[in-house]
Amino acid sequence: MNTDVAIEVEELRKDYGAQRAVRGISFSVRRGEIFGLLGPNGAGKTTTVEILEGYRERTAGRVAVLGMDPGPRPLALRERIGIVLQSSGLYPHLTVREAVSHWAGFFHAPRDVEETIALSGLEAAAGRRTITLSGGQQRRLDFALALVGDPELVFLDEPTTGFDPAARRQAWETVRSLQELGKTVLLTTHYLDEAQALADRVAIIKDGAILAEGAPGDLGSTARRYRVAWRDAAGAVHERETDDPTALLHELTGEALARGDSVHELSVTQPSLEDVYLELTAEAAE
Amino acid sequence: MSEHALDEPVRRARARRTSVRWHQAAWRQYRLERKMFWRNPSAAFFNFLLPLLFLALFGAIFAEREADLQVIVPGIAGMAVMSTTFSALAMTLTNLRESGVLKRVRGTPLPTSAYLAGIAGNAITNTALQVALITVAGSLVFGLDWPQDWDALVLFVVLGVICFASLGVALSHAIPNFDSAPAYVNAVFLPVIFISGVFYDADEAPGLLRGIAEALPLKHLIDGLSGAMVTGEGIGGHALALLVLALWAVAGIVLAVRGFSWDARRS
Repeated sequence: MNTDVAIEVEELRKDYGAQRAVRGISFSVRRGEIFGLLGPNGAGKTTTVEILEGYRERTAGRVAVLGMDPGPRPLALRERIGIVLQSSGLYPHLTVREAVSHWAGFFHAPRDVEETIALSGLEAAAGRRTITLSGGQQRRLDFALALVGDPELVFLDEPTTGFDPAARRQAWETVRSLQELGKTVLLTTHYLDEAQALADRVAIIKDGAILAEGAPGDLGSTARRYRVAWRDAAGAVHERETDDPTALLHELTGEALARGDSVHELSVTQPSLEDVYLELTAEAAE
Repeated sequence: MSEHALDEPVRRARARRTSVRWHQAAWRQYRLERKMFWRNPSAAFFNFLLPLLFLALFGAIFAEREADLQVIVPGIAGMAVMSTTFSALAMTLTNLRESGVLKRVRGTPLPTSAYLAGIAGNAITNTALQVALITVAGSLVFGLDWPQDWDALVLFVVLGVICFASLGVALSHAIPNFDSAPAYVNAVFLPVIFISGVFYDADEAPGLLRGIAEALPLKHLIDGLSGAMVTGEGIGGHALALLVLALWAVAGIVLAVRGFSWDARRS
């Protein structure tokens, strides 16, 4: 067992009856890394993560989380992971501090309660009942409850869905601070910018299969082509894709100069990871 | 693989630590549930004061009519056992499941059995408090004699708790969402308390209703409580009641364990 690896997944499959939710995916997450599972809704992200968390049984494949099989939900594993579910309720009549403190009691070696509250940005709300918290604050409490056991590995399932932009930025800061604490993070998201902003490596998943995997920057460059757009003399807009725009630009500008005109509305763009993501997931849908 | 390398004494020490932790964990959860119970006044009212309110109202209506009071006091006690366990647990577990609390707790090192023990302990505390209050009120306020047979009283309350608590958990499996929980619970609870002789002597009901009540557990619980509190018939005279309650308890436990889901229905 490689101790640098926090999660190893080999040929993981999950069927719900005739529906094949996860179709033999493989990936590994290194310790200290933020790994993003990026994909549209229904791609199999949550199913995959819930198998790793021990909530669901897999149909086939090999899975190791911190060197353990999560299937039988070993106590030693639950001591060392923190889970932020897509949505999960709370006791409405407890205060934030009471909830964090109660959760701390589940673990052998918890973090300090006040420190955890501060880390999650909830100092001001520590004495308030959870029912009075805003959506963003409840999400921070989800973080606090997942972190109070001082886990080595944190699962975040769609941590910012439904957030306004400011709350998303704050949640991102919290995730980054987890990495600074040396935690490994497995993040699922259908927001591309979130994967780009947070993840060291990303796997794009669609229909239960991984379409591409790598650092967010590398994923963009694998399909990096240039898109050249312009308006011709007759007023029609043209768009052309090319690996090297030099010749095309020479041709366009040459023609325009020969006419004594200029090239109108000329633009040269490179596809972002977003274009790659859209392209990959659209192809898979066909 | 490291587990195999452990020496036997170490393994035993670990097992001991786990079992100590179980008791501590269940106790902590129980105390938290009690704290939250009193912080939620509407839940506290419906689970707690309603049977006492019924007792006060019927007690006032039947004041000085000892024969009627001797029916109503054990009847309300039986109803209190059912409402504090069956109704309360069906609602609580549906709420915890659908809101995602069960799933969240399931992902922590807290032993799930200790968690459920804390929740059940909370319900059972309400049962004990209510039966005690009803017993005391029956004697001090309504002038009934003190229970004739304390052993029988304790036995029937305990059996009633096991039976109705497990049936309540089993019912929660059939409830699809929390909004519909009160409808499901009351659709069972209200007819059962009406036909089982909470408010009148069930033996005076029409034959069909009496037959249905005979097959259900609440009438037998009330018979047993009546024997313990009023007539002093004790345990021996209620073998059939014990048998019916025990059968329902077994059915309840099997159904409660079988259908248990940690996950909300919506997902």
